[in-house]
Amino acid sequence: MFTALLTFKKNVDTTLTDGSSFNASMQTSPASMINQYKFEEDADTKDIFVTVDNPESHVTAIETYITYRVMTKTTRSEFDSSEFEVRRRYQDFLWLKGRLEEAHPTLIAHPLPEKFVVKGMVERFNEDFIETRRRALHRFLNKIAEHPIFSSSEDFKIFLTAASGELTSHKKQGPGFLSRMGDTVKAVAAAVRGVRNRPQEFTEMQEYVEAFSQKISSLDKVTQRIVREQKEYLEELKECGPTYALWSQSEEELAEPLKNVAGCVDRCCKETEEQVKNLSDHLIPVLHEYVLCADTLKAVLRRRDNIQADFEAKTEALATKKADRDTMRNDLDKAEDRLEWANNALKSDWTRWQKVMRTDLRSAFVDTAERNVSYYEKCLAVWESFLHSQRTDAEGNGKVDFS
Amino acid sequence: MEKKPPKKLQAKHKSPRSINFKVIKLCSNHSRNKLKPEALILAKSEEQLLSAYGKTNGCVLTRDAGLGIEYCDSLDQNLQMVEKGTSLLKKMEISVAEAEKRTGKNAVNMQETYTVYLIEMRPVDAASEGTNPVPDSLWRRYSEFELLRNYLLVTYPFLVVPPLPEKRAEFVWHKLSADNMDPDFVERRRVGLENFLLRVASHPDLSTDKIFYSFLTEENGWKETVFETGFQAKADSRLKALNATFRVKNPDKRFAEMKHYGDELQSVISQLLRVRARAADRLYGVYKVHGNYGRVFSEWSAIEKEMGDGLQSAGHHMDAYAASVDDILEEEEHYADQMKEYLFYADALRAVCRKHELTQYELEMAAQDLTSKKQQREELATGTIRTFSLKGVTSKLFGQETPEQREAKLKMLETQIEEGEELVKERNAECEEFVKSAWVDIERFKEQKDHDLREALISYAIMQISMCKKGIQVWNNAKECFSKM
Repeated sequence: MFTALLTFKKNVDTTLTDGSSFNASMQTSPASMINQYKFEEDADTKDIFVTVDNPESHVTAIETYITYRVMTKTTRSEFDSSEFEVRRRYQDFLWLKGRLEEAHPTLIAHPLPEKFVVKGMVERFNEDFIETRRRALHRFLNKIAEHPIFSSSEDFKIFLTAASGELTSHKKQGPGFLSRMGDTVKAVAAAVRGVRNRPQEFTEMQEYVEAFSQKISSLDKVTQRIVREQKEYLEELKECGPTYALWSQSEEELAEPLKNVAGCVDRCCKETEEQVKNLSDHLIPVLHEYVLCADTLKAVLRRRDNIQADFEAKTEALATKKADRDTMRNDLDKAEDRLEWANNALKSDWTRWQKVMRTDLRSAFVDTAERNVSYYEKCLAVWESFLHSQRTDAEGNGKVDFS
Repeated sequence: MEKKPPKKLQAKHKSPRSINFKVIKLCSNHSRNKLKPEALILAKSEEQLLSAYGKTNGCVLTRDAGLGIEYCDSLDQNLQMVEKGTSLLKKMEISVAEAEKRTGKNAVNMQETYTVYLIEMRPVDAASEGTNPVPDSLWRRYSEFELLRNYLLVTYPFLVVPPLPEKRAEFVWHKLSADNMDPDFVERRRVGLENFLLRVASHPDLSTDKIFYSFLTEENGWKETVFETGFQAKADSRLKALNATFRVKNPDKRFAEMKHYGDELQSVISQLLRVRARAADRLYGVYKVHGNYGRVFSEWSAIEKEMGDGLQSAGHHMDAYAASVDDILEEEEHYADQMKEYLFYADALRAVCRKHELTQYELEMAAQDLTSKKQQREELATGTIRTFSLKGVTSKLFGQETPEQREAKLKMLETQIEEGEELVKERNAECEEFVKSAWVDIERFKEQKDHDLREALISYAIMQISMCKKGIQVWNNAKECFSKM
């Protein structure tokens, strides 16, 4: 069983290793929650492994959509079994994210891949698009699984384990339409009111997020531009080899070295092609996700602000209104608790997020650098073998080239 | 963006003087080396040759300067080294050292700016003796080089005359200016002109030409000397002839093949240069965009605490990577120039083949003319008319000629036939002579081309290797910085 888990782990494409432990029997009162936010460095306590793979197309009378297989292997006691396999569609992931954010408005959830990629691909059923989305969904679930709070969410568990029918009925059990409307109205009202005394540290956070968002977007754009330029370079380079080969047909003595050079250029083309693919497959998705992360962070900060605005409004109301003081005081206390909880949650999760971001981006760039080194090493070998062949040739013919 | 001044090209870019050492025989000591006896050694300098043979097996090579022969201590056969270089290059070192802008009045009395190039001649011995006398030098502009080449083309139509560097920059990629005044273009042209002079100076026949020698030594009055040779008249008729269309009845197979080869060479090298230029353009883009990484990393590092240092230093390496493409592509330009030289050489080769065709055609014309004249004589003598002639028709219409008239005509024909036979003999000899000389030079050219282009391909590989090594270094450095993020 344990070995099975280990092999399973190798297939999982996750980057975070400093997972944090959590207390399974954690109480859900806000006060106790505050005390629970201890994020210990415990790399070996990963007890849940999730994969997303095997996309399949489903055709019904109304629509066509893709489902992905979600496999879970876990030793956690609150799961009924140790292995689960379900099929989920993109909508289901959206639902999960929504639920997690509702329950924890100031925790930072990893972003989902976008609904549609605006530029370029319109085709939802394009193979590359599906594959890119699959990888992003896989990363999303793994980040949730590694999150100390999110991974213990009941919704998460149901998402991983429930059969499709069960999930549908569970989804319907969520807060009703009217109550959701009410929440939205409150949120808008709070946003309109605005927050008055935002603590300095959250203002600093906001400034950081603004700047980070800009930088990471730039990096995403720069990398995409590099990929474009590389592709254009490749197009031109692909014509060089055949030209040398054509030339070799008119020559006698030179035929062999020319053919050799043609071969070398072609091999370098293949390496360049692979290098471009690597950038697209490995670096760009990570950068893109952190662009979306920046948006998530902005949303989280906004929600925190709204909670504070709500508290401030209620404080004001208590000071001015005379009737219903008891109810209002009760509401105010709840709002204060909510605010304290929200702030602490955000502060702790902020630290966690920064660590994760640092690890993710560092390994993405290190990986890119390694691939570039490998690319140049392969091309180097190609040309060195050409030189070697020319030197051996020269000695063989009795012509010694002292170059 | 400001253009940095062109780097003075290193000595390594100077084209090698084709002084070859041919080893004819090896002594028994030397033949024990791994190289085969009677091996053909193409060495570029004495040092290279000595390093291969000099100190092996206890043999000591001594130089007999006068005869250019090396003797080996061993009692057996002697190691003979024949310098294949020309006598001119044995005495003088030629170079095009500088380029300068001048302004002056041109033919239509308008101000113009042009570039002049400094040709320097240094005696060979002085360099080896360690003294450094002031070289003989003079200034020439591109049009004078052109004049020299045109003279050589006309005077030695059976030789593959070395080409000049291009008049205007072609096969440019966006970074290079197509402007003739551009310093990079001028610098590369300087090298090309030096290459041209060295090629001519190392050609067994061309190097002995007096006009060539005075080009190198007489600054003033050289132009007049060239025109005095009257080559201009020949040049015009040659141009006309080469451009005319004519068909040869019995084309020489070898020359036809050579001409076809020249066509193919020209076409394929043009294609190669075009493709290479476009690829260079794209590669430039790839490298330069990485410079943006440098900028963004630097900005990002300002808002990070722990990641800041790693990002900042990684950014510097990205800047270095982006900047490295300039040197890489400059080196590739020299490779392109080597290819261009043979692009233009292909043209010279085709010109020789074309000239041969013309010579052959003129021979055939003369032979044809002779045959028809002989036939006319026969008809006149026997009274049969086989060939159509206007005279024949008119005589039918207006009556036969008198015997006196016929006699006179016969006599004229005899003279013409005699002259015709002389002409055919002359033209035949011309043709044979041309074929012999041309083919010798074509063989020489083939060997030179195979050697030079192989060297060019090798240097291309070396360039690629250097580029890869730089890439490995930069990305390893970047990786180290990233891992400190």
